[in-house]
Amino acid sequence: MNATAESYVTEDGRTIGAPVMEMKNITLKFGGVTAISNISFDIREGEIRAIIGPNGAGKSSMLNVINGFYHPQEGEIWFHGEKRKPMKPYQIAQQGIARTFQNIALFKGMSTLDNIMTGRFTHMKTNMLMQAIWKGPAEREENLNRDIVEHVIDFLEIQAIRKTPVGRLPYGLQKRVELGRALAAQPKLLLLDEPMAGMNVEEKEDMSRFILDVNDEFGTTIALIEHDMGVVMDISDRVVVLDYGKKIGDGTPDEVRNNQDVIDAYLGVAHD
Amino acid sequence: MTATVIDGELDTFPKLLARNAVKFGNKAAYREKEFGIWQTWTWAQTKDEIESLALGMLALGLNEGDHVAIIGRNRPYLYWAMTAAQCCGAIPVPLYNDANAEEMAYVLEHCGARFAIVEDQEQVDKVIDAQETVHGIDEIIYLDKRGMRKYDHAHMNAYEDVQAEGRAGHHRLEPIMQERCAALNLDSTCVMLYTSGTTGRPKGVVLSNRNIISAASSSSGFDHLNASDSVLAYLPMAWVGDFIFSIGQCFWTGFCVACPESPETMQTDLREIGPTYFFAPPRFFEGMLTTVMIRMEDANRLKKRMFKYFMDHAKKVGPAMLDGKTVNGGDRLKYFIGNILIYGPLKNTLGMSRVRVGYTAGEAIGPEIFEFYRSLGINLKQLYGQTEAGVFVTQQPDGEVRADTVGVPSPGVEVKINDNGEVLYRSDSSFVEYYKNPESTADTKDADGWVATGDAGFFEESSGHLRIIDRAKDVGKMSDGSMFAPKFVENKLKFFPNILEVVVFGNGRDTCTAFINIDLNAVGNWAERNNIAYASYQELAGHPEVYQTIKEHVEEVNISVAEDSMLSGCQISRFLVLHKELDADDGEMTRTRKVRRRIVEEKYSDLIEGLYNGATEVSTETEVTYEDGRKGSIKATVQIEDAKTVARKAKAA
Repeated sequence: MNATAESYVTEDGRTIGAPVMEMKNITLKFGGVTAISNISFDIREGEIRAIIGPNGAGKSSMLNVINGFYHPQEGEIWFHGEKRKPMKPYQIAQQGIARTFQNIALFKGMSTLDNIMTGRFTHMKTNMLMQAIWKGPAEREENLNRDIVEHVIDFLEIQAIRKTPVGRLPYGLQKRVELGRALAAQPKLLLLDEPMAGMNVEEKEDMSRFILDVNDEFGTTIALIEHDMGVVMDISDRVVVLDYGKKIGDGTPDEVRNNQDVIDAYLGVAHD
Repeated sequence: MTATVIDGELDTFPKLLARNAVKFGNKAAYREKEFGIWQTWTWAQTKDEIESLALGMLALGLNEGDHVAIIGRNRPYLYWAMTAAQCCGAIPVPLYNDANAEEMAYVLEHCGARFAIVEDQEQVDKVIDAQETVHGIDEIIYLDKRGMRKYDHAHMNAYEDVQAEGRAGHHRLEPIMQERCAALNLDSTCVMLYTSGTTGRPKGVVLSNRNIISAASSSSGFDHLNASDSVLAYLPMAWVGDFIFSIGQCFWTGFCVACPESPETMQTDLREIGPTYFFAPPRFFEGMLTTVMIRMEDANRLKKRMFKYFMDHAKKVGPAMLDGKTVNGGDRLKYFIGNILIYGPLKNTLGMSRVRVGYTAGEAIGPEIFEFYRSLGINLKQLYGQTEAGVFVTQQPDGEVRADTVGVPSPGVEVKINDNGEVLYRSDSSFVEYYKNPESTADTKDADGWVATGDAGFFEESSGHLRIIDRAKDVGKMSDGSMFAPKFVENKLKFFPNILEVVVFGNGRDTCTAFINIDLNAVGNWAERNNIAYASYQELAGHPEVYQTIKEHVEEVNISVAEDSMLSGCQISRFLVLHKELDADDGEMTRTRKVRRRIVEEKYSDLIEGLYNGATEVSTETEVTYEDGRKGSIKATVQIEDAKTVARKAKAA
């Protein structure tokens, strides 16, 4: 695979396009601690891109940089061929980037339906007054958005919990609802922060299936952080490996698996 | 033999469809909840959908007499596929959608299906797996496009694309379809259904238009079903009952069939649709009652007292009022108040407010469960039937409903008991033959058309109602010569909410013993209430307090069994609580959830040995199959408990 090529074809026959997002020499510091130092990589149109690494490697920080939660001290982020100015997270959401969180961040007292509906927020145009009057534009908008949300519910097979408050749902399902909320935003780029943390084998398989289906059905570009190496190697097209804030590997799952630096980082090095 | 009157014009399903499209053109025929909304198709639209699919399949080369396998959960599209196949002169064969690839391969091979119409990617994968050994399948048509992009589409089409092709070519194809439809008559095969097979391989039951239409017309007449009724279709499409309700009676009367959004939402959908005609196995009614009772335990004191007070009253007068017997004014008034405060809201929650006719069959239902629903004013009745009969053998007329009988012979059905005590029947609805299996056909159906049910039963002299004792081959003798009828005892035990499944052993032995499966829903709730922590089904099943409760249940049943002079030998002396639920995926049950006794006996022979050699615990390892076909194993040490039995009553007394 040629990293500079405009596009490449995966083993299962999908064509991956040009880079959507490019990270160039990113460095992020918290006081004296360097969380990310001089990292560059890209995410291409239509691919599933994984970011892996041991605890404290800087994976979540990286996702937060993409997402606009953190602003790196050095480096540039290019999105759709333009250099991105420092932005607020909501502005980035409006650009078509949605995410899920490592620790579930749903509205516990609200139903699954309402939670997923919040994912439509950035697409709503009516103001509070119009919504109070309700008839006319607000109602039409609600119907349209509800339709999109219902398709997400159907897609994730969570019809049975449509009206259930999410606080009462088991962990695995809450994760699915969170994915639903991100999908409802119809993102161009979907960021998943440890989508399978704390799940049992069956839930992990379901989630992997959904991630692949999202990519396949909607052509959504996905960047994900995951601990479970088996899952990562199975579902992602390319993997970037971080360790202590540095990039130690980047490539297809096979390339990464055979990279000596990666093996050392994960298995440790014998000190003699 | 009383012949059922079938209008000469309406002897096939395409003809019924044409009539309905004219007579009920704008009336709802099928509904399905999708994207949170009930989508509706009128009879006119249904005709268009069915014919488009039929034309599309003709374009794909479906021939007269071909078999078309239909696999998926209850969806209007798949019901249409059945009639569409008939419109092409082909024979629909619905399969159990939860069957694994191996079971599916057997049926696909046996019926020689050329087309398979399946719901989604999961089912497509199973058919593709089966194609390693089965070579007859030429075309796969799938309904849900999700995940299908990467498949080789050389012999695969999406349902809507087939319909589009049919619509495009309708000038060319319609004459062919009309010719095929015209060639059908009363004796053409309507459908082929595979029996669930408590013993051995499933058998393909061939049912003709005569069978299905006469069953549908006479049963609709029996319960006065008409076009304003509605049903919820949620039972497996491969089961004969679903075919009769959702296609047979639906086409005959023109009533509306609603399909749930997903299997998990069935209860919600039931409440939203409020069907007027409802069928469910006893297990369903048991489960629903258990849920009600669990939720009542959590209710406040006032609600609990009101519930108890009015339910006691309902038990006293409710069934009598439903049967139209005289009840005094005071009791009527009290029932009326109860209906406003308790029964009405409860029925509404259960989705049973509008149920005019409800049936249960397949297994015996507990008298208390049965009475509970009847006392609420729900007209729940029992029927006895089987695939070979086109469902109905006997059913209970309104006003003559009891928990322990299965009713009188259905209209047009003759029933007799042979010398061995086995029930036989004969009717227009009795099946034609077992497909490619003349020996079995000859064993079951004699030259005069009498079909053996394999069940032992007798007619009650006082009422003329049939009572079923057990499967004829399961009835045996204990070593002292007294009668052994495992089902009799099992049913009594299963009426306890804590107990999901029981298998009793004792044929040819001197005492009876039992395997018991706890009901995780009920026992789990009890554990939560009593602060008993458990991590798994296995752990809960082995808990000493659970054992104590089950032991009390067993001893209670022993007392009641002892009262029966014929079967008092069937008291359970020792039992164990199984460490896993009996499961169809492991072959221990059929897909319709009936226990396969012989397989259970073989698989757990070490446990049975323990029951009879006096051991107090047995270590065992059991192979389990997960839903996706992988195998694993469970290791467990299973406790064995003794239970008190009651001395037999002297027969002279």
